[in-house]
Amino acid sequence: MFAIHFRREWRCAVRSRGEILNPLAFLFLGALLFALAFGGDRAALSEFAAGILWTLVLLTNLLSLEALFRRDFEDGALEQCLLLARPLFLAVLAKVAVQWCVSGLAMTALAPLAALLLNLRMEAVPVLMLCLLLGSPALSLLGALGAALSLGLGRGGALLALLILPLHLPVLIFGLSATLDGAAGLDATAQIYWLAAFTMLALTLVPFALAAALKIGAEQS
Amino acid sequence: MNKPLLILEDLCCQRGGQLLFDSLNLRLEAGACTELRGPNGSGKSTLLRAAAGLFPHWQGRIEAAPCLYLGHKPGISALLSVRENLDWYQRMARQRAGAMSALAATVAEALERVGLGALAAAPCAALSQGQQRRLSLARTLLFSEPLWLLDEPLTALDAEGRGLARQFLIEHCARGGAALCATHQSLGWDQAATLALG
Repeated sequence: MFAIHFRREWRCAVRSRGEILNPLAFLFLGALLFALAFGGDRAALSEFAAGILWTLVLLTNLLSLEALFRRDFEDGALEQCLLLARPLFLAVLAKVAVQWCVSGLAMTALAPLAALLLNLRMEAVPVLMLCLLLGSPALSLLGALGAALSLGLGRGGALLALLILPLHLPVLIFGLSATLDGAAGLDATAQIYWLAAFTMLALTLVPFALAAALKIGAEQS
Repeated sequence: MNKPLLILEDLCCQRGGQLLFDSLNLRLEAGACTELRGPNGSGKSTLLRAAAGLFPHWQGRIEAAPCLYLGHKPGISALLSVRENLDWYQRMARQRAGAMSALAATVAEALERVGLGALAAAPCAALSQGQQRRLSLARTLLFSEPLWLLDEPLTALDAEGRGLARQFLIEHCARGGAALCATHQSLGWDQAATLALG
């Protein structure tokens, strides 16, 4: 059942390349702007690199979440999915999984490049990638919940940010702390476990909440 | 006697604080088709959505057999090809029905019947309104749900398309299904009962 929906979403995602590339371009443009804004002071940039990077990751993810359900909502595929998919939570999970592949997973893979732009200490990069890999599913899941809730409200971009960013704070805090510890050559295992736990919690609870939120969203048409 | 496929009792629906209809009663037995008529804004679509389970703000009683709902929105993704769209529906249909779906048509058969066989690989973004409607209509052939809830199935269809829609309804009812159709044009089938709203 998961595979049916995953394949469909994957096809849609691959065919709307702009929606994948725009957020990633935003990530790199943001990193580039910060690198330029710090002038030539590479030491200062290096000090703030982890914070900048995590903030950009959160915002990039937000950008790619906004369109998550909109197309399906507008062409009616969403209401059909709500009526026909059994079990529904697997169908919505497949949708989020594809979003994560093109956003969280892609950002994890591209993190070393962004880290290079921001002059992050190379010791921190493996920790950063691990944290992104473990933390970004939680970002996608919680973000999808916000996207589902703001579905019937037209262009709910600003509302989406207000709804989701507070929920993203734990990932930001632990991810940032782990990256800083990694940069300082300290052990970041504890924070990494926290991120993993947070993602597991989101993975077990959010799909059901998401199915319910989408039903409420679909009423509005 | 078999249980009716759709029972509406004392149904009352509100939308945006406005009462759409009040104490509405309807029983659809197997083999029955009812046209839902009424002016714009009389609540036809809302009634169908309520029966399908997409609209929760009603009072009264709704008892519906497993149903297939065709709404205003075609439910067709413009990014996918004609065949890919139907494939998705067929897989969901199989998942729901299990062995029962042996009755239902395959994707290729369904496309042939609505005259889109030659366009199977075309992206849905390239389809006209009428062709999209035909594709929605093809979906009905993939499912073995006994109750059809159709919202304006004839819109944008040419005479031949309307004939197809009527043919599908007749076949569905002959198989022991039932259908509730919101429509402004007559379905052109004398066996269909009429329920007027507003």
